[in-house]
Amino acid sequence: MSVTVCFTCKLKYQLVIKAKLLFWALKMNRVLKNFLVGVMFAFLMNGSIAQEISREQIKGLDEQVQDIKKDVLGISAELTQLEEKLIYPSNTQVSVFVTLVKGDKFRLDAVKIKLDGKDVTHHIYSFKELEALQNGGVQRLYTGNVRAGEHTLDVALAGKGSGNSDYRQNASHKFTKTIEPKLIEVILAGPGSNSKSIGFKD
Amino acid sequence: MMRRYICLFGLCFSSIAFAADISPRADAKDLYLGEAFFYAFQGEYVDAITRLDTELGQFNRLDDPNLDPLHFQINFANFSVGDFELSYRMHQRAGRAIKSVLEGNVAPSVRNEAAYRLARIYVQKDDARSALSTIEKISGKIPGNIRDDEQFLRAQIYILTGKFDDAIKILQGLQGAKEYAGFSTYNLGIALIQSGQELKGFAELDKAGQISSDDEGTLAIRDKANLLMGNRLIAASQPALAKQYLDRVRLNGPFSNKALLGSGWTDVSLGKFDRALVPWTLLSKRNVTDKAVQESMLGVPYAYAQLGLHGRAALLYGSALENFASELAKLDASIKSIREGHFLKALVSDELKQDKDWVVKLRELPESPETYYLLELMASNDFQESLQNYFDLEDLRKRLESWDGYLDAYESIIKSRHDYYEAILPALDKQFRALDSQMRLRLEQRQALDDRLKIMLVSPRPDFLETADERVMREKLHNLAEKHKNDASAAANDIRRRIKRLEGVLHWQIYTTYNKRLTDAYKHLHQLDADVAKLRTIYRSFVRSRQAATQSYKGYDDHIRQLRNRVRDSREKVVTLMARQGNMLDMMAINELDQRRKRLEEFQVQARFALSESYDRASKKQLDEGDVK
Repeated sequence: MSVTVCFTCKLKYQLVIKAKLLFWALKMNRVLKNFLVGVMFAFLMNGSIAQEISREQIKGLDEQVQDIKKDVLGISAELTQLEEKLIYPSNTQVSVFVTLVKGDKFRLDAVKIKLDGKDVTHHIYSFKELEALQNGGVQRLYTGNVRAGEHTLDVALAGKGSGNSDYRQNASHKFTKTIEPKLIEVILAGPGSNSKSIGFKD
Repeated sequence: MMRRYICLFGLCFSSIAFAADISPRADAKDLYLGEAFFYAFQGEYVDAITRLDTELGQFNRLDDPNLDPLHFQINFANFSVGDFELSYRMHQRAGRAIKSVLEGNVAPSVRNEAAYRLARIYVQKDDARSALSTIEKISGKIPGNIRDDEQFLRAQIYILTGKFDDAIKILQGLQGAKEYAGFSTYNLGIALIQSGQELKGFAELDKAGQISSDDEGTLAIRDKANLLMGNRLIAASQPALAKQYLDRVRLNGPFSNKALLGSGWTDVSLGKFDRALVPWTLLSKRNVTDKAVQESMLGVPYAYAQLGLHGRAALLYGSALENFASELAKLDASIKSIREGHFLKALVSDELKQDKDWVVKLRELPESPETYYLLELMASNDFQESLQNYFDLEDLRKRLESWDGYLDAYESIIKSRHDYYEAILPALDKQFRALDSQMRLRLEQRQALDDRLKIMLVSPRPDFLETADERVMREKLHNLAEKHKNDASAAANDIRRRIKRLEGVLHWQIYTTYNKRLTDAYKHLHQLDADVAKLRTIYRSFVRSRQAATQSYKGYDDHIRQLRNRVRDSREKVVTLMARQGNMLDMMAINELDQRRKRLEEFQVQARFALSESYDRASKKQLDEGDVK
C-alpha cells in the first residue's frame, strides 16, 4: 500500500516539475519551445492508462468473474462428490496418499504402486509437485476399489540421494478393507533419514 | 520475503498487488487438508478450493466431528480456504470465510491472524475504512510469523485513513525490521511529508536513498527514494542538488531511464548542455520503445544545437525521425494485430504458459503486438487483474467443457450398470427371498431351543435331552409293553419284567447324565451361534451389496440433469464474460498504444521543426563562415 501513497506524491511532484519545465520552455526559442511544450503535453497525458475504461467497469466485471468462479467451484465440488459416490463408493474405496518426512529434501523421481500384486499406478514427479510435497502437501496418488478383506500394498520409490546417487526402495504393507473408506498414508524418507524409507499409516 | 516483493512490484509500477501468500508449510494432520495444500502450493487453486470445500462440507455434516482428524485443525482449514480463495482472486468469498473465523470462539492468536488477513483483503479491495476497523480488532498475542507484517499493514492503513501520527510511530518502530529495510524508511518519509513535516520526511527519504544492501528489493526502493528526492528538488528549483540524488540511482535498475532523463534536465536547467549529453546519450542508446529513451532522442540533438553544433544536431534529429517512423509503423501493426484478435489468442496460448518470460516471448509469436510498448500497461494493477481474470475464465471454460464429457461418461456408466443389474436382479431377489425366509425359520428354531434350555435350568426335563436312539428305544419298549400288557402266557411275566428293566436302564441312563447332557446342549448352541454370526455377516454383506447395486445406477438422473444445466449455464456466462474481459484488455492495450502513438507523432512534429531549424542554422553558419573567408 506504500505504493499508492508513493504514487500520489510522485504524481503531484511530477506535475509540479512538468509545470516548471513548461515555464522554462516558454522562455526559450520557438523550436525549442514547441518541442518542450510537446514533450510536456505528452508527459502530462501520461497518467491514465485507458481513458475509455473506468475503474467501475473493471470492478463490475471483476465482481461478475468472482460470481462465476463461485458457481463453477460449486459445480466442481458437486462433481467430486458425485464421482466419489458413483465410481468409488465407500464400501470398496481405497485411497493411497503420499507424504514426505518433514524436512527431508531428497529428490523423489517416481513412485510405483501395486495392489495385490497388480500395478495400479506409477507417477513421475515434476519439480512443482516435489516442492509441494516438501512443503507438507499430501498427494492422493491412487483411488480405487477393492473388496472387503485382507490386501497387500507394494510401494517402490526411485529418487536421488546426496551426491546425486541413485536411491531405490521397496516396501510392502498388509491392510484390511472394511465397509468404511480405506485411507493409507505412504510416508517417504530419503537416505540418511532417521525414519523408515517407506512407512505406512492406515 | 514475499511481501517485500509485493511492495517492490507496486513500487515499480505504482499499483497495489497483494497476492495471498499461502502458509510456507502445511503441517496438515488431515490427509484431505494436506491434499488441498498439495494443489495450492502448485498454484492450482480451483482444485485446492474444491477439495477443501468438499472436506469442510463433509466435516460440517458429521454427527460427531471430534472423530474426524480435521477437527484438530478446523480453524486452520477455514483460514486456508479463505486464503486459497484470496489467491484465486475471490475477495468477496475469502472475506466471508475468514470473517467467520474472526467471529468464532477461537484463541486470540488465531483471531488476530484472521483479523490481519481480513484487513489485508480490505486494503486490496481499496476499502480502507473496513481495513481500519478490522485491524483495530487485533489485541493480545500476535503470532510471531506475522508480527512485522501486521505492523507494516497497520501503518499503511493509518496512512490511507489519514492517521499519519500513528503510522509514523509504527514505522519508526519498524526501522530495525530486516524484512522491511528500506520500505519502512521510505514509507516513514512519505507519512512525515503527508503529515506536514516535510523536512523530517525528506531526511527519511534521504536515509532510504543511501541504504546499502545487495537485495534487489532494497536497492529498488533506494532508487525510488533518490528519484523522488531528485524530482522534488527540481520542482524546488534546486537542480544542482537534484542531480546529486538522480546520479545515485543505479544505471540498470527499474528507475534508471527516468533518472538519466531527469539528470539531463538538471544539467539543461543549469545551462550545462555538454554535461546533459552524458546521461542523454547513454539513454538514447537504450530500448527505443521506452518513453524516456524516445524523449532523450530529441534531447541529445537539442543539447548539440545549444552548443552550436547544428550540423550534428540536424543529423541526430534525422536519425530520431527515422526511429519514430519505424516505431509508429510498429505501433500501427500492433494496433491492427490487437483489433484482429491476435493479442488475446496469443495470451492464452499454451506455448506462452510454459515460459516465465512470457511477456517478452509474446512479441515473438506471429502477428502478435509489440509487447515492449505494453510492458508498463501490463504491469499495471488494472491490467494484471483483468488479464488474470481472462486467464481464469479460459481455465474455467476448459474445465466446464471437460465436465460435460465427465457427465456423459457418468451417464454411460449408469446405463451400463442399469442394463446389467436390471437383467440379473429379479432372479437374485427371488432367490434371496427364499433363503431369507429359510434363514428366519432357522433363527426362530434356534431361539426356541435357547428359551427351552433356559427353562430347563430351573425345571429339569431330562426327557427333552434324549438322543434319537434313546427315543426310538423308548418307543419300542413302550410298544412292546403295550403288546404284552394283556398277555397271559407263561413267558409274559418274564417279558414284562425284562421290558421294565430295560425301561429302568434307559431312564437311569438319561437321568444320571442329565447335567452333562444339558452342558453339551449349551455348548452345541454356542457352536451354532458362531455359525449364525457368520450367516448374519454374509446376510448383511449381501444386503449392502444389493443396496449398493441399486444405488450405483438409481437416483442420479435428476442430479446429473441439474449439473448439466448448471454446467451449460456457466459455460454461457463464461463465454460472455470472456468476450467482455477480452474486449476490455484489447481496449486497454489499444488505448495505451494509441497514446504512445500520439506522443510519438508529437515528437515527430517537433523533430521536423527542429531539424529544419538546425539545417537553417547550420547553412547560415556555413554561409557566415564563407563570408568571413
